[in-house]
Amino acid sequence: MSTLKTLNGNQTIAEAVRQIDPDVLAAYPITPSTAIVETIAKFKADGLITGEFVCPESEHSAMSVCIGSASAGGRVMTATASQGLALMWEMLYIAAGLRLPIIAAIVNRSLSAPINIHGDHSDTMGARDAGWIQIYSENCQEAYDNFIQAFRIAEHLDVRTPTLVGLDGFIISHSMEVIQVEDDQIVKEFVGEYQPVYPLLDTSRKFTVGPIDFTDYYFEHKRNQIEGIENAPPVIEQVGKEFGEKFGRAYGFFEEYRMDDAETCIVVMSSAAGTCKDAIDELREEGKRIGLLKPRVFRPFPDKKIAEALKNMNAVAVLDRCSSPGAFGAPLFTEIRNALYDYDQRPKVVNYVYGLGGRDIRVEHFKEVAEELDKIAGTGKVEKIYSYVNLRE
Amino acid sequence: MKKETWKELTIGTINLDAGNSVKNLTGTWRSGHKPEFIADNCIQCFFCWLYCPHFAILVEDEEVIGINYDYCTGCGMCAEECPSKEKSIVMVKEEIKLAEGGTT
Ligand code: SF4
Ligand code: SF4
Repeated sequence: MSTLKTLNGNQTIAEAVRQIDPDVLAAYPITPSTAIVETIAKFKADGLITGEFVCPESEHSAMSVCIGSASAGGRVMTATASQGLALMWEMLYIAAGLRLPIIAAIVNRSLSAPINIHGDHSDTMGARDAGWIQIYSENCQEAYDNFIQAFRIAEHLDVRTPTLVGLDGFIISHSMEVIQVEDDQIVKEFVGEYQPVYPLLDTSRKFTVGPIDFTDYYFEHKRNQIEGIENAPPVIEQVGKEFGEKFGRAYGFFEEYRMDDAETCIVVMSSAAGTCKDAIDELREEGKRIGLLKPRVFRPFPDKKIAEALKNMNAVAVLDRCSSPGAFGAPLFTEIRNALYDYDQRPKVVNYVYGLGGRDIRVEHFKEVAEELDKIAGTGKVEKIYSYVNLRE
Repeated sequence: MKKETWKELTIGTINLDAGNSVKNLTGTWRSGHKPEFIADNCIQCFFCWLYCPHFAILVEDEEVIGINYDYCTGCGMCAEECPSKEKSIVMVKEEIKLAEGGTT
């Protein structure tokens, strides 16, 4: 039996952790993810989880503990945000290179400078080439559901790739929401027993983990690594479907909202998609044929699926909650525009950077974007490919 | 030595051929200089053995007896560190041969 509980984003993650009870939890607290670590510590103190809880001296060490524990053969997780993820940087690549299915809850937060504790996607977007699967959540319920699915995806024997689940700092991490918490036993069953591959604690076999490669092997090992994340799409699909069958909430690579007869579309991830849905509803009432596409899985990037969903639009605005200084547009935009390149018929695509450092994006801002899309669709001309939302100009 | 394709490799860089570094003949990296052992000067302090990064100092019956050129990269550390009055290891020129086997 599932129960309705009033929890904030951090508590929903902690709740899932309690239910899954991984072998090792290693984390260093950082705003706005602190409450995840704190709550897990409390669970441990109260005897509600059996996994080892390790509190090392930094996030770099936390990820190192994760790598060591996962190599030893444990089911392992961490949680962090912002500078914490940045400090894990070099270890993120090692986790991916060693194909360790470590799970990380990332409470998305801006990067310094200037120092700021609020939500944006600079942290995980910066790690987009680290080799991790990346899944983003719109609200507390999705954070809980995604976190549970992450274990199944990462640990699948064809995939064996670390996976992070993003939830927006403060907007989700600190907002209370009534969420459906599934039965402990059923969650445990859904996630299943962990099967380590070549665990170091298996002393009956001799092998080396993480040896040096010269110019003659590094390339092949890297290609071998890429195969894991490239094998992920059917697994993500299957797990999302099974989750739906079991708990009534199915998941895919992205969500389409009022897209059936849409002529223009706004693409936006995470919590802002919730606000965008309200804007779409109001615009629909005004007779505008506009829809929303909310990406859920950013790595591996579902390029073909997204392109198919967008190819018949007249104009598309991709909203990124991070900047990519000096690049031709922010990450989500470049991926989507690139994915559409091979289609003869394709929409005009523009990019907006919004919400840096937790700056609000409200219904009226989405309406401004929609107005711009109307203009582009009407004239077929793009005046500015790259602009900003709710910024004092 | 035939090298595996990426598909033949074990997941996650795991090397099931434990101890296979013996096959990695680092001596093929040597280019132009090699250490020469002069037994008569040697005081058996084992500094060379301690400093050699490739375990290329040959020891027999607890005595340094020479250099294993299969693994010696010619770095010169042993000759540099050798403290005997007259050096017991000196670097000498050698002809550069193109490597066979080993890693590139
Ligand atoms: S030259 Fe370098 S590698 Fe060769 S024996 Fe001396 S210390 Fe070892
Ligand atoms: S360092 Fe010199 S003296 Fe000492 S053991 Fe080696 S060769 Fe002999």
